[in-house]
Amino acid sequence: MRSKTSGKGVQLNAPTNQPRSPLALTLGALGVILFLHLPFVVIFLYAFTTDEQTFTFPLPGLTLTWVGAALRRKDLWDALWLSLRVALGATAVALVLGTLAAAAVHNSRFFGRETVSFLVVLPIALPGIVTGIALRSALNVMDVPFNIWTIVIGHATFCIVTVYNNVIARLRRTSGSLIEASMDLGANGFQTFRYVILPSIATALLAGGMLAFALSFDEIIVTTFTAGQQATLPIWIFSQLARPRDRPVTNVVAVLVVLIMSIPILLANRLTQEASGTQATGE
Amino acid sequence: MAAASQSPQRPSVTNQLATFFYRRPRLTLAVLLGPPLAWLGVVYLGALLMLVVQSFFHLDAFSGKVVREFTFATYADLLSQAENYSIVVRTAGMAAAVTLAAALLAFPLAYFMTRYASPRLKALLYLAVLLPLWSNYLVRVYAWKIILAKEGILGWFIAGLHVNWALDGLLKLPVVGGPSLSNSFIGMFLVFLYVWLPYMILPIQAALERVPKSLLEASGDLGAKPGETFRHVILPLIFPGVVAGSIFTFSLTLGDFIIPDAFGTSQFFIGRAVYVYQGTSGNIPLAAAFTAVPILIMGLYLYFAKRLGAFDAL
Repeated sequence: MRSKTSGKGVQLNAPTNQPRSPLALTLGALGVILFLHLPFVVIFLYAFTTDEQTFTFPLPGLTLTWVGAALRRKDLWDALWLSLRVALGATAVALVLGTLAAAAVHNSRFFGRETVSFLVVLPIALPGIVTGIALRSALNVMDVPFNIWTIVIGHATFCIVTVYNNVIARLRRTSGSLIEASMDLGANGFQTFRYVILPSIATALLAGGMLAFALSFDEIIVTTFTAGQQATLPIWIFSQLARPRDRPVTNVVAVLVVLIMSIPILLANRLTQEASGTQATGE
Repeated sequence: MAAASQSPQRPSVTNQLATFFYRRPRLTLAVLLGPPLAWLGVVYLGALLMLVVQSFFHLDAFSGKVVREFTFATYADLLSQAENYSIVVRTAGMAAAVTLAAALLAFPLAYFMTRYASPRLKALLYLAVLLPLWSNYLVRVYAWKIILAKEGILGWFIAGLHVNWALDGLLKLPVVGGPSLSNSFIGMFLVFLYVWLPYMILPIQAALERVPKSLLEASGDLGAKPGETFRHVILPLIFPGVVAGSIFTFSLTLGDFIIPDAFGTSQFFIGRAVYVYQGTSGNIPLAAAFTAVPILIMGLYLYFAKRLGAFDAL
């Protein structure tokens, strides 16, 4: 009996040490990470190649010529600026609509409640080409001219889901007693929202908003249908893909886009990590 | 807001408004739900409905104009062409293959992150999955254009390993092969897998996170081998997560027209076919009718995903 309890004691202690991963699993995980990231290394390399016609490897030589050439392209800057404005607009709409929908679904039981989450996920669950062609033909029928607003409408539609999912997941984890306590202590609905609910969903809003921004900044399929003459950055790249004579400039643009996008991603990641860190120490 | 918080006794306007809404939960619900429902229900569902309606119009063969009369002619046209069936099978097959491969690749990384990585390493790996997910889709496709090019880095690597014969053999295979990696279904499959893989890793990792460690230990204590624990404990518990991930990988593959265009052979995929019908041929009814196929497939897919509880795992 005594030996059994002591044996248990050893077992209880064991999980506190970090268990070692089997070698095969470690290698598998490493392989997947490499698969995900080596293409970015390739992109960085090719931005400096002297080769204008092909993708020869090893690179025949290195040069900075094309970086300067790409930075002097006005069409590139216009595309970047348009993409930023569209992404900001779509994110703003998605933040409002996604939060409202999440609050409604979380707070009350009503007929068709399940349908709301279904409706929210539908624009991203259906192939982008369906959303794109549906919006295009609808706008066509209503004689709405294609401009930046039609791009924003299309983007906001499929961005709602990221905010909705993040916020509703957080609301589910937020203890309802906090809200009851706030109301018991005399706070009205708005105050409870401002001082209790909003702080607890802030990082979820940020995460959802960042994801919405990235989704929009990135989007090409719906955009090709809802854009008029304007070129967002993805459309710019797409048109360059079709015209291989601009290869060296496209190589540079690819790197620039990766660098630009990594800033908000890293920032958001850091913010959410800090938030979860303070939560952990607070508990 | 600040004034209200300083004097909670005095019934301020915000207080009255808050009470007003508190006493009328139905109205509150309507106010909350109104804007998102108006957007998704009117703008989005309305557009989808209009698409369905358009699929019942048809294109006049002589004038090249869309005739706005109810007819099944477009669907008859769609169903009568044998090529369309192979387009659907080809696309769905590719989507299924990509989904399966993504699940297989995602699991080891997700499991490593959940079980063995220190909090610090886990945060790092999480970022390592998020970064590609959030980077530009076209840039990542473009990267593979560089990698798979005949004179490119993969070709150089394969030549260095002296396994050209294996690649040539692979490319000579009947359906999946092609003139080169960047013009074959193998290459296209690799690109699809690369582009959508993070969408599979995240839900699986989230699902694994929710599997209690004690269950795995209990399974081991009761004598299950790791494989048995995986099959009978882990897999059933994370399956909704896998299905959630597969919604993304499957649907995204189904509707993509850029990768099949950039890496494909002359054979159409659904997205490419729809794009060409509505763009080059200007046959919007046929394009609309064709989109009924992915809508139908994804409708069924979502219905079963919902029954498996995948939406809670998103």
